[in-house]
Amino acid sequence: MKPPLAYPLLIAVLALTLLLLAAFSMLVGAGGGLSELLAMIASDNADTATLIMMEVRLPRTLLALMIGASLGLAGASLQGFLRNPLADPGVVGVTSAASLGAVLALYSGLSMAFPLALPMTGIAGALLCALLLQGLAGRGGVLSLVLAGVAISSLCAALMSLALNLSPNPYAAAEIMFWLMGSVTDRSMDHVAFAAPLILIGWAVLAFSARALDALSLGEESAASLGVNILTTRNMVIGGTAISVGAATSVSGGIGFIGLIVPHILRPLVGHSPSRLLLASALGGAALLTAADILVRVLPTGAELKLGVVTALVGAPFFLWLIFRARTEIES
Amino acid sequence: MKLEARSIRVHASGKPIVNTASLSVSSGELVGLIGPNGAGKSTLLKAMLGLRPKISGDILLDGEDFLAQPAHLRARRLAYLPQDRRVEWRLPAADIVMLGRYPHRARFGAPTPEDRAAVARALDAVDGHAFLDRPINVLSGGERTRILLARALAVEAPILLADEPIAALDPYHQLHVMEVLRARAHAGAAVLAVIHDLALAARFTDRIVLMHEGAIAAEGRPGDVLTAANLARIYRIQPDAALGYARLT
Repeated sequence: MKPPLAYPLLIAVLALTLLLLAAFSMLVGAGGGLSELLAMIASDNADTATLIMMEVRLPRTLLALMIGASLGLAGASLQGFLRNPLADPGVVGVTSAASLGAVLALYSGLSMAFPLALPMTGIAGALLCALLLQGLAGRGGVLSLVLAGVAISSLCAALMSLALNLSPNPYAAAEIMFWLMGSVTDRSMDHVAFAAPLILIGWAVLAFSARALDALSLGEESAASLGVNILTTRNMVIGGTAISVGAATSVSGGIGFIGLIVPHILRPLVGHSPSRLLLASALGGAALLTAADILVRVLPTGAELKLGVVTALVGAPFFLWLIFRARTEIES
Repeated sequence: MKLEARSIRVHASGKPIVNTASLSVSSGELVGLIGPNGAGKSTLLKAMLGLRPKISGDILLDGEDFLAQPAHLRARRLAYLPQDRRVEWRLPAADIVMLGRYPHRARFGAPTPEDRAAVARALDAVDGHAFLDRPINVLSGGERTRILLARALAVEAPILLADEPIAALDPYHQLHVMEVLRARAHAGAAVLAVIHDLALAARFTDRIVLMHEGAIAAEGRPGDVLTAANLARIYRIQPDAALGYARLT
């Protein structure tokens, strides 16, 4: 039952895969591949090549990488903390709350007046959700936390539907719909500069909770007897998720399944250790979302597919296959 | 070192579970905490660890408020084997035992040689090297208990509270674990163990505390506590030469 790869080797393989995908992501899309770019540089058109690389592909590559890593890391942290392999950032309501914040910016027209208003209201939604969760769950256990998260998610979904229902014109409704599908297309370095510091803070908070997740595999009482403060750990996991996934969602829209399936795939490869799963899931999530973003660019569809559509389309059947394959294991 | 619970009261849904119970355990002794189901033994243990809020009473370590100490220091001084033997993930047994070193390890550091040595000693103590690489969920109930006991022993704390450490063990390993607990105590640790097997409690412990309906009903040397009168009154059993003991109606 030893994992097939030693942990450092697994991390190296994931990191290398991620690097290759990121490099590939810089060379794919409208404007041409490597040969076209080289031709531009050769024909004194280097400015155009630089523009495509630095203004179009770099921000979307960086965002796919950071958002994928946030979703993978937060998914692994939540599964570890809740001791439930079905948890993901959506379960605690953070994704819906960030989406609702962004939808309100679109609905009110605030995002037209001031482009960064959209991610700002998004992250505000996620943070409010985290505070509300703490208040609702109080000193209660894991179950009250999940129930509170489900309630917040439903409320946010209802409010988003209300915004769609009341949207002043079909264009505004369409804009909200497209945004909700999730994408990193047409994002600028401003988005990167806005999201990166928050995402990094969220990662750091989650990394600090890693050790406690291992102790929690023995249950809350054993963990507490080993010196783990359960409430502090909960605040760190919820807070770190709200900051990193909130910032991620507020620039990309809702991207599902990464936070759920990446920890699932990697868990056996890290010997089921909740703490070792965090770094592996961050790298795996980043690689998977970068790959999905390359896919939407190379698929010969008329309109470019939205990233959230692709992750769900690929993720859901894959998840079903995973459950089918592992059902005997899951039940044991 | 002496851990002392003084006049502890714990309620659940308004009903007293532990009702003004006092007990102590000192370095060098193995104390058996016995009593029928529902007597309040596990709850008293949890109150001593600060895992269950108490209505009144004090937990003192060498005369000072134990629960006021920082959590990581408490964790180094007091190791605990809970009655609940569930483990959430399919972790290898070796990783479980290493969790005993949690209070001693740095947040991001790898295990030190001292950590590994403590884990090896704990595995020796429970005869657990054979299933080190197996995931905990494929182990039998008794094997799992031994690994979790090794987890508690690996803390190498001066005080050990063990809730039913020999439940689900075969006779060989019941004796083995009782010997381990006694050896720990006689090597200088303070060990308090909840035990249902009265014969093993009588044979291995230095002192027995008998709980009944949340209070301490008797305390002293095994022979003084396990009297026919106490067994009949509290356990509703009587010693029987042929069977060991027999049930009273």
